[in-house]
Amino acid sequence: MTAPILTVEGLSKTFTMHHLGQDLFAFEEIGFDVSPGQFVLLSGPNGAGKSTLLRTLYRSYLPTGGHAWYHSRHGRIDLARAADIDIAFLRRQEIGFVTQFLVARPRVAAQDLVAEPLRANGAPAADALTEAQRWLSEFGVKPDLWQAYPTTFSGGEQQKVNLARALIRPPRLLLLDEPTASLDAGARAALVRRLSHLKTEGVAIIGVFHHPGDVAELIDHEIVLKTRETADVAV
Amino acid sequence: MTTLTREAPRLATTQPLIRLERVSKSYGRVVAVDSVAATVYPGEVLGIVGESGSGKSTFLRMMNLEERPDSGSYKLALPDVPEAAGNLFDLDRFDARMLRARHIGIVYQNPHQGLLMGNTSSGNVAERLLVSGERRFAALRSRAGAALESSEFPLERMDARPIELSGGMQQRVQLAKAIALEPAVLLLDEPTTGLDVSVQALVLDTLKRLQRDRKITMVIVSHDLGVIRTMADRVMVMRRGAVVEEGLADQIFQDPQHHYTQQLVQAKL
Repeated sequence: MTAPILTVEGLSKTFTMHHLGQDLFAFEEIGFDVSPGQFVLLSGPNGAGKSTLLRTLYRSYLPTGGHAWYHSRHGRIDLARAADIDIAFLRRQEIGFVTQFLVARPRVAAQDLVAEPLRANGAPAADALTEAQRWLSEFGVKPDLWQAYPTTFSGGEQQKVNLARALIRPPRLLLLDEPTASLDAGARAALVRRLSHLKTEGVAIIGVFHHPGDVAELIDHEIVLKTRETADVAV
Repeated sequence: MTTLTREAPRLATTQPLIRLERVSKSYGRVVAVDSVAATVYPGEVLGIVGESGSGKSTFLRMMNLEERPDSGSYKLALPDVPEAAGNLFDLDRFDARMLRARHIGIVYQNPHQGLLMGNTSSGNVAERLLVSGERRFAALRSRAGAALESSEFPLERMDARPIELSGGMQQRVQLAKAIALEPAVLLLDEPTTGLDVSVQALVLDTLKRLQRDRKITMVIVSHDLGVIRTMADRVMVMRRGAVVEEGLADQIFQDPQHHYTQQLVQAKL
């Protein structure tokens, strides 16, 4: 059996809201393994902490306890405790995260936004642009929009740009937070084809899906999260 | 609340370019900067946020060696900055000026601070190029033009004096001057404050492009959280001269830990 790329042990997250004097429990003591090429579905009711778990693994949220051992190309590292600069490095090189929202800078064309991860890793401008156009086309973004600014696009078009940008340089570990939420059927099918391809390439995927049926054929393992109560902090 | 300590061993991928430790500065009885440490890695953008009077601009001026601290150390890991230089805060005024001219560029909020308003725009940039030993007029003009072009300044206006230009154009001249000698470090002190939002977006795009293409290490000070969110990889939050929190930009904005940072983020329009 392939060794895990990620081993999560006792991972916990609590938000402290100073102005309310409250702690908000998101999840506690979560543990699981993910191997290369494996697709893990996170499921559970609203508020169970599915998106929070993804953001905690990506370190947009700071975990409050536990470990998330990630086997990078440069050695094993605990994502829960790693230095910010190492997390930034891993995000550029190995760990990808797709949310349901595109964070686009104003006045940057769709094709430039998608080409950026390739340019940032040294690809020549012309090659990066050609590749970006191919990816936009794969997700069904019309050529008329390639040079337009995504800030003016519809939610679905923005999400297509978001996916093309996130997947143009495949990561080793891919975190997906409801990536199909605003996609039409064609783009959903394109995404499923792409995820299936990434799986065969050995990319480990952890995802939250509003309609898990979209990716039913890809799921290797499902983790069900449960809700917790908000508790007062003893100040 | 339990808080994890970040004691994990580092991945052996990159070493710091800039390291400042225990830097303090007071003006009389007012403590402007209180034992602040900062580490900046090659090619990254460090954002410094905080309310007015938090000490962020003073700290930046000390990084530019134009202000001396009362105590603290400053190291820059560059091949031609010998280890023997030790603490850069100990350099005499001449050596500090030469080091600043060769390795550090700065863009001030107020263009009057960074530019000679009576000189031409190209002349302002050429003045910086003189430090490299270049004296030939044609070469100075050509290199100044290239720097202005990189800053997306319209070359047909290179002989205009900054005083005749708009605020956005003045910032581009400052930027061209700052990058003319291809510094390792670019310091930006509220570079878009006072510009209207469309010009602000253009200046930020220029900075982003420069950072991507030239891999310039940047430190940007701003009270505008939108600017910091757009530009920075990591963020340091200052209050009353001290650092209250630092982290990855998205973490600071999505999961701020300190009550002051939470207030700051919640106050954003």
